[in-house]
Amino acid sequence: MTSYNREQIRDIIFDALGAIAPEVEPALIVPDRSLREQIDIDSFDFLNFIIRLHETLGIDIPEKDYAELLTLNSAIEYLTRRCAARE
Amino acid sequence: MYEFRMPSLGADMEAGTLVEWLIKSGDEVQRGQVVAVVETQKGAVDVEIWEAGTVDRLVVETGRKVPVGELLALLRTAGEAAATAAETPAAPATPQAVTAPTIVAAAPPRAATAAVSARQRVAPSARKLAEELGIDIAAVQAAEPGAVISRADVERAAQAKMPTPVVAKSAVPDWHAQMRMAIATAMSRSKREIPHYYLATDIDVTAVSSWLETENLKRSVTERLLPVVPFMKAVALALREVPELNGFWVDGAARPSAAVHLGMAIAMRGGGLVAPAIHDADRKSLDQLMADLRDLITRVRSGRLRSSEMSDPTVTFTNLGEQGVEGVFGVIYPPQVAIVGLGKISERPWVEGGAVVVRKVATVTLAADHRASDGHRGGLFLAALDRLLQQPEKLR
Repeated sequence: MTSYNREQIRDIIFDALGAIAPEVEPALIVPDRSLREQIDIDSFDFLNFIIRLHETLGIDIPEKDYAELLTLNSAIEYLTRRCAARE
Repeated sequence: MYEFRMPSLGADMEAGTLVEWLIKSGDEVQRGQVVAVVETQKGAVDVEIWEAGTVDRLVVETGRKVPVGELLALLRTAGEAAATAAETPAAPATPQAVTAPTIVAAAPPRAATAAVSARQRVAPSARKLAEELGIDIAAVQAAEPGAVISRADVERAAQAKMPTPVVAKSAVPDWHAQMRMAIATAMSRSKREIPHYYLATDIDVTAVSSWLETENLKRSVTERLLPVVPFMKAVALALREVPELNGFWVDGAARPSAAVHLGMAIAMRGGGLVAPAIHDADRKSLDQLMADLRDLITRVRSGRLRSSEMSDPTVTFTNLGEQGVEGVFGVIYPPQVAIVGLGKISERPWVEGGAVVVRKVATVTLAADHRASDGHRGGLFLAALDRLLQQPEKLR
């Protein structure tokens, strides 16, 4: 299994967001504010975001954990922890 | 002979630009086959044909803006193909000698342009530039006969039109402005012509929410259902019980539809919206509805919808609750007669058997055309929706 550091996870998140909302400027994202407030995405986009993370990182993200992906900081935190936990 | 005409891809469409033919004379076509790409104010649409047969002739060349209802192509249907074959013995004797006169006789006014356009090949970038500059692509000449028309050719043609460049440019608004205009036209007509009435009801959606949560737990991330999916099914089934909300108001009369084609209001990235149809939503499984919705949203975002999706929704469903609004009172998309709105699903205090409990609740609304139905029937629809949502396992 591949291990990722926080920087890599951050890049993977931006790649996934960029595929869904190409107009997103990573530098302008406030890390502790809700992503959905800052980016115009709906539940379909969000599901695609989760699917992309699932495909890239190889972890299954249950619906009950969606709340942990609401801000950039919490998403990095959650994904780093989940990736480390499976090793 | 079947006449294939420019379809109306929505009440707001007056004309479309034929961008590409995907068939040529002599091709066999099937019912439902995508045969052309038409650019509308709401983006490029794949246009299907609803007759099987052999393409006799393409009447309109690509690049032309064509009014709704105008002839695009002629199709020989099965019986006619046989008839033509029977007549052919006489034809082979003369084709070489009288080719030109035959064509002229068959279609006098358009023969010349049609013959030229059949050979005209245009680079997509050139077509785009021509559109921006307001140049008729059919009138652009390639640098060398038979060569692909390039941006340079379009620029040359534009320079030839130089005296009025400012006018030409401002006459072609950008895509977003066109989308705004399309929505403005349809919504103004709606509010001018349709006497709307509005109903709202709060529905306890705890059962359907928990059912979905359990269901999604069993599924991998790629197979999960979005919260709106069971609602789509319930709306479609409830419409079967109150058919006067499903259909059209045309020429002073209600035309209910036997099929439920659910128009899903989908916001477009960067502004604007479309409400293309999910066909026969009342007869599809939740998995099928999810697959169709996924396919539809993906194509809305990439700008490739099919003509039947644009032209035949029988009702509209809007899920603005996604964005956090409590309730949405929609504006009907003419000539439809109703729009159903789903508000945000949230936990609220709910009184049940004399006690206050916490329930997941959503405000569901109906805006309907009072010419086609009355409030009493609208109320029955919302009651049916409520009843169906209490038994989510039956929605499958």
